[in-house]
Amino acid sequence: MTAQAVPTPPATGPATVELRQVSRWYGNVVAVNDVTMTIGPGVTGLLGPNGAGKSTLLNMMAGFLAPSGGTLSLNGRPVWRNHDIYRLIGLVPEREAVYGFLTGWQFVLSSAKLHRLPDPVEAARRALATVEMEAAKDRRIETYSKGMRQRVKVAAAMVHDPQVLLLDEPFNGMDPRQRLHLMDLVKAMGAAGKTIVFSSHILEEVERVAGHIEVMVAGRHAASGDFREIRRRMTDRPHLFKVRSSDDRRLAAALIADASAGAVSLAGTGLEVQAVDFRRFTWLLPRVARDAGVRVWEVSPADEDLESVFSYLITRST
Amino acid sequence: MNTTVAGISYRAVIGRRRIWLLLLLPLVLIGLAVLLRLVGSADEATAGTLLSTFAIGTMLPLTGLIAGTGVIGPEIDDGTIVHLLAKPIPRPVIALTKFLVAASLLAVFAALPTYVAAWLLVRNEENIAVGFGLGALVGGIAYAAVFLLLGTLTRHAVTIGLAYALVWEGLVGGLVPGARQFSVQQWANAIADRLSGSAFVGTDVTLGFAIPALIIVTVGALLWTGQRLRSFSVTGDE
Repeated sequence: MTAQAVPTPPATGPATVELRQVSRWYGNVVAVNDVTMTIGPGVTGLLGPNGAGKSTLLNMMAGFLAPSGGTLSLNGRPVWRNHDIYRLIGLVPEREAVYGFLTGWQFVLSSAKLHRLPDPVEAARRALATVEMEAAKDRRIETYSKGMRQRVKVAAAMVHDPQVLLLDEPFNGMDPRQRLHLMDLVKAMGAAGKTIVFSSHILEEVERVAGHIEVMVAGRHAASGDFREIRRRMTDRPHLFKVRSSDDRRLAAALIADASAGAVSLAGTGLEVQAVDFRRFTWLLPRVARDAGVRVWEVSPADEDLESVFSYLITRST
Repeated sequence: MNTTVAGISYRAVIGRRRIWLLLLLPLVLIGLAVLLRLVGSADEATAGTLLSTFAIGTMLPLTGLIAGTGVIGPEIDDGTIVHLLAKPIPRPVIALTKFLVAASLLAVFAALPTYVAAWLLVRNEENIAVGFGLGALVGGIAYAAVFLLLGTLTRHAVTIGLAYALVWEGLVGGLVPGARQFSVQQWANAIADRLSGSAFVGTDVTLGFAIPALIIVTVGALLWTGQRLRSFSVTGDE
């Protein structure tokens, strides 16, 4: 191990992950459907509800799944069945499991040695310092909290200073402080010119960290842009509200008079209002109610879950 | 061969109390040998029976199963194998390293105890100790490769491996002479049989068949394992 030739250091230039019409299916089930995207330096968030194909996409980017169709490359080189590509890639898998019998230090050091770094001890020390895990480094990983495991996994993934860092749901299960710390770390690496891709099903998370967002819905690439763009596309859509009031019929008549309400229907339990202009409608509702002398008891969004927001996005993108 | 991979693999298989799984059967074997010695029935015939049915017939495949699947199966199950595979190391090197770890464990926990038990029973009479020791070593190497491959092919490696060892090698091999030709256990016995001059050790598999078969099975399983790891896929929960 010691006398081995030092391999050529990883390329330091910017790295680009390129997906062209990438699909992946399992039998009849299509997990990823015809996705084309180019991911360059900076932080890219892969946003989508659970089961949207984010992990499948990340696994393909990481060389742990062959695309069923299309091509996927990193700096023009194929990723699948190419072990050399891992000089450029650091991978933080979603699965929590790490070798519980190793200490944090042994785990990160093993990563440095497997990369045949010229000075594995120094590299491991630096990586553990970056994720602020020095204090607990001599404890076995099985004694770590979920957040600590996550950090030690990140340290092991970045021990060779890779150009590309792939993280699958990295903030899941972390406490708020750890989450913020990892977010800052990811942001800083992105600012330093690394190509970072992470998946998440939480818009706020992606908004905080990612300069660029790719939205996946039901295996398809639904939207792409910076967070303002995505945020706008998510709020700028017909919203469905459930309203309960002292006089539903009177309120319905008053609401439909305004252009911001697209449709109003009387249901057994109250009103269902389709708001075309979200901001105007939320401004309008209390005023209309007051003028009509109706007391509003409850206003609740009927379709605010991420799933319906995403499915709206995908119907519009096709 | 990669020393870091080997180090992690050794710790995964024999770390903490798991070493007792590997120690259990060898201790029973040596205990039986000591017992036979004490009661004065340590003759050539008893030695031949104990070594071929218990040492080679039971201890070797079971220990092989624990070591062969143990160096890779749990890591694939819980996903930790990704830590080794996401590195610029050719996957066949990882396969070879895991194989060497399993084979070395079998040398220590199967071949050596077989030799010791034989020596306790009959010293080196008729080369029985050397013959069975070598037979167990070579058989152990083949089992290591086969069960390592099985560990990469299926999550049910232990069940299938047990079924192979007990049903095919034990039951079918006992009843159908033809099945004995395709049994690692019988190949190991063939080596023990030819090396020792004892008339009490017998098998109908010839060395001319056993040796090429052992080599082909070992090398073939190893190459296949390397290919399996090259195409290792993480499908996730989606």
